[in-house]
Parts: sequence; structure tokens; C-alpha cells
Amino acid sequence: MIATLQETKKKGGHGGAVIASLHRASKNFGEVQALRQVNFGVRAGELVALLGPNGAGKTTAVKLFLGLAKPTAGTVSVFGGDPIDAEVRTRIGAMLQVAKVPETLRVREHIDLFSSYYPKPLLLAETLALAGLQEIKNREFGELSGGQRQRVLFALALCGDPDILFLDEPTVGLDVESRRQLWEEIRKLISRGKTVLLTTHYLEEADALADRVVVINRGEIIAEGTPAEIKDSTAGRRIRCVSSLDIETVRSLPGVIDVRRDRNGLEIHAAEAEPILRELLMRDPTLTGLDVSSAGLEEAFLALTQDHNNIGEMTR
Amino acid sequence: MATASTTFAQGTWERPLGKTLAIYFKEAKYEFLTRLRLRAYSLSTVLFPLMFYVLFGLVLNQKDAAVGGTSITTYLIPTYGAFGVMGASLFGTASGLAAERGLGWLQVKRASPMPPFAYFTAKVAIGVIFSTIVVLLLLLLGVTFGGVHMPLLDAAKLVGILVAGSLPFCAMGLAIGYFVGPNSAVATINLIYLPLSFCSGLWVPIMFLPHLMQKIAHLLPPYHLAQLALGVVGAGQHESSLVHWEALIGFFLVCLGVARLGFQRDEGKMYG
Repeated sequence: MIATLQETKKKGGHGGAVIASLHRASKNFGEVQALRQVNFGVRAGELVALLGPNGAGKTTAVKLFLGLAKPTAGTVSVFGGDPIDAEVRTRIGAMLQVAKVPETLRVREHIDLFSSYYPKPLLLAETLALAGLQEIKNREFGELSGGQRQRVLFALALCGDPDILFLDEPTVGLDVESRRQLWEEIRKLISRGKTVLLTTHYLEEADALADRVVVINRGEIIAEGTPAEIKDSTAGRRIRCVSSLDIETVRSLPGVIDVRRDRNGLEIHAAEAEPILRELLMRDPTLTGLDVSSAGLEEAFLALTQDHNNIGEMTR
Repeated sequence: MATASTTFAQGTWERPLGKTLAIYFKEAKYEFLTRLRLRAYSLSTVLFPLMFYVLFGLVLNQKDAAVGGTSITTYLIPTYGAFGVMGASLFGTASGLAAERGLGWLQVKRASPMPPFAYFTAKVAIGVIFSTIVVLLLLLLGVTFGGVHMPLLDAAKLVGILVAGSLPFCAMGLAIGYFVGPNSAVATINLIYLPLSFCSGLWVPIMFLPHLMQKIAHLLPPYHLAQLALGVVGAGQHESSLVHWEALIGFFLVCLGVARLGFQRDEGKMYG
């Protein structure tokens, strides 16, 4: 399953050059292996979502890309260099999870200071507009709501007009409205030709934003592809219908993963919907109430991480 | 500080000097505004020494009281000055550093191309600036309400000594900031700062302290700073000022060393 995903990845997505990559990168914190031999690249102009449950190693991967941590083994490369290098850093923007930001500085002052670190920053007005902060530019950070605070941190990541942005859980803890607003702003970056790597444990977020999703669990990449590919190759399709066919007959059709009786109907879980539909309609002319849906990314994700965990436990 | 183990921006790439200086200036300017608006810092560090001076120097002072021939109002300017300098320096550096280090803000700055020294320089600059404010206000109070007469040169010397004396305490603050948690910084500083001030004769003139404590005071950096400052108004213990300077410089270097250890320990932890 994972092999097929990696094959599909090669043909899909953007054709830009890889500008940031981890090569066989491992990171240990004492006994804990946060990342295990991860190979992963971000191409110019794409928006990659690094998706995984809490503790999967997402933040660690971002820290390696930012030069905030050094891999225990393997290499990190950003724009062909080491992300600790000051010149490389002038091309990187970062949004990290922060417990406390100096609260008595105003929004525009925070942006002014961070802009000064970069050789060719955006104008203050541009940054404010991109992050949707015009209305609150004179407010002190401590007076802002959660969504506004995240947008200020987002502004600090983009104010230097960097080529690549690393956003670690940009919308964590935000309400639906604030989250959607930040999504809009992230999309604006992509339309300006920027490259974005964001981490999230919101499947909806990866689906809504990303060109490519990289699923990570327990420090290992377990799947990679477009959001649609991830869905298709893992959870497949769900077919609902009311049919006189015997449940065992349906189960014996090629490609059927599982069948359940759902009140007076059937719920069929299959890798692909079309071949099953042909068979069903041919064998049962009275079939009614047909409904085909893709299994949600949520389920795909659960299936992926559970499969993986089971494999892990079996080999232990 | 750009050692092989740092996660701060580094490398051979050179920013134009003007741009680097502009960053240092902005870093200090915004650190100043942050601290100024943080009333817990700006008001308490400036007002406490002034309040003590008003209370013990101006209000409770009996007419013509003197310490060894120097009027109380004059004597208390160097000692409360040293007290104020310590407070402004320690709180100006340690509490901010401890909180920003412990709660993730320093990491955001680390990930940026900020020149690392700009961050620390800004903290020290704030300690020095607030120290200067405290000392100038004390002098103003003394001259206006305490009948203090002092040649301008002596006043300048007094200010110069006290402000220079803020540097070792800024270094001490950085060292503390690297070894305490974000929420315990203020308590830790108070625990060090208040007893140290008392034992160094900053609250009660040193000759009124028990003999043993006077001996112990020689081991305490604030004692040496106060003695240098008192020397300007002729109220010191008449010890060699060279010894005082040596003690302060030695203390400064030790604190810088400890702060550096903390910095490296922190960076090592990031590297895990």
C-alpha cells in the first residue's frame, strides 16, 4: 500500500525543484525516537501538509528544517545549505507553537522588529494586509484573541518575504471561523509563489489546503500523496443501497472489502466503486436507494495509523 | 557566541554594518517599550528605591542627622542608588530571559535571522537604561528636597560609577535567567536581591551592622559598588577603590561565564 502511494507521488503534484529536504533523518530525545530515518522533500511552490497525531514527530521535523535541532543521524538541507546559516535563514519564515509572546508590544511593533531581521522585508502595510491585521495594528499583543494572536505569529513568519514558510500547527486551538480565515491567508501565500510546509493533526485542514499530504506516525512516514490519493488508496468507497441480494453473494464480489446490513439496506465497503456497481445493477434490477461516497479522510487517516500500529505491534 | 553548537543564526554571510546596527537599535528600543509598559517592572524598579529614599531620607530623617559627617540625604543617594541599579539590572535581564526562554518566544527569535548578540545586548541595555533613570531621579530628589549639594563633576562621577556598576548585575541576571524556570524568576531574584542588599549595607549604613556582617559584606558585590559610589561623596569605608573595582570586574566575569554555561546548556538541550 505504501509503495503504491510513493509511486503515485512521483507523477502527481508540482514539478518544482526540491528546496528543502530531510535525508534519512533520525532524531532521538534520550530514549525516545522522535523521527526514524525520514526521507522527505518539499518542492518549490507547493503546499505540503505534514499530517499526524500528537507526538508523531511533526514538530521535530519542523525543528530540523529550521535548524533548531540537529538530526541524530541523516541530513537536513534547505536551499542547498544548513538552516543554521544566517543567509539561508533570511529565506525562511517560521511560525512555531509559543506559550507566551511579549504582551506589551503592539502588533505593528512586533512586525517592525522581525522585518528588520530580513534583507528585503515586505512593507508593513503589505504584511498587515496579508495577515488581516490592519484593524488591530495598534493593539498590544496581550489584548488580542486567540485567532488574532495566531495571525500575528503568522505575520512574523511572512514579514521577511521568505521563499519558504514552515508553519507548525498554525490553527491549533482556533475556532472554526478563525481557522478558515487563516486558511485563506495561507492560500494567499501560495498564490504569491511561496512554498509552505505546515503541520496539522486536523485532517480537514490538510484536505482543504494541501497539494500533497505526508502522513507521519511514530516518527515514520507512512503515506504520501494528494489528499484524494490518500483517501482512495486507503479507505476506498462506501456504497449504500437497498437490494434483494444475499449479503454473502455481495461479499463474494471481487474488490469488496466488507459488507454490513444497515437496517433494510446494505453498506458495502470497496476499494473501487465502479466494478461493484456494474455487478450489483446487473444482478439486481430492483436495486434502489443507491448512494456512493468516499470514505472520509478522517477514516483514511485512522485506517492508516491503525494499520501501521498493528504492524508495529506484530513485529515487536 | 556563534559556537559550533548554537542554533542561533550564524555563518559567513555578512549583513551590511548599518543594517546590523539598526537591528541592535530596534531590538533595544522594543525591549525598552516592552519593559516600560510592563508596570510590574518599570514602576517597581524605579519607585521602590525612590520611595525608600523619600521615607528614610526625607520624611523620617531627623534634622541634621548624619553618618560619619555626611548628611543622611547625601549618604543615601549612593546606597539606594546601588540598590536601584541592582533591581533594574536583575529584573531587566533575568525575568524576561527566563520567561522567553521557557515559554517558546526565544525559539521563534532563534529560528529567524536575528543576530544572536542583539537579543542579549537589548536585555543589558534595558538594565543600564533603567539604572540610569533610577540614579538620576534619586539625585534630583536629593538636590530638590534633601538639601544635597554636590559639585557637578562629583554628580557625574557618581552616576557614571553606579551605571557602570549595573553591568555585573545585568550579567548576573542573564546567568539567573538561564537557570530558573519562567515562573520562578521573580521569586528567585527577590530571594537573592533583598538579602544581598541588606547585607551589603544598602538599606542600613554598613557601620550600623554587626561586626561579623561587616566582614561578610566584603564578599558581596553590591557592597563594593556602594563603597565606590560612597567614595565620591567622601562617605566610604576608606578602603582601596582598586579592590572594589577588582571585586566588581571579577564578579562580572564570573557571571558572564555562568551565563555562557547556561546558554550552552540550553543549546545542548535543543540539540538533545
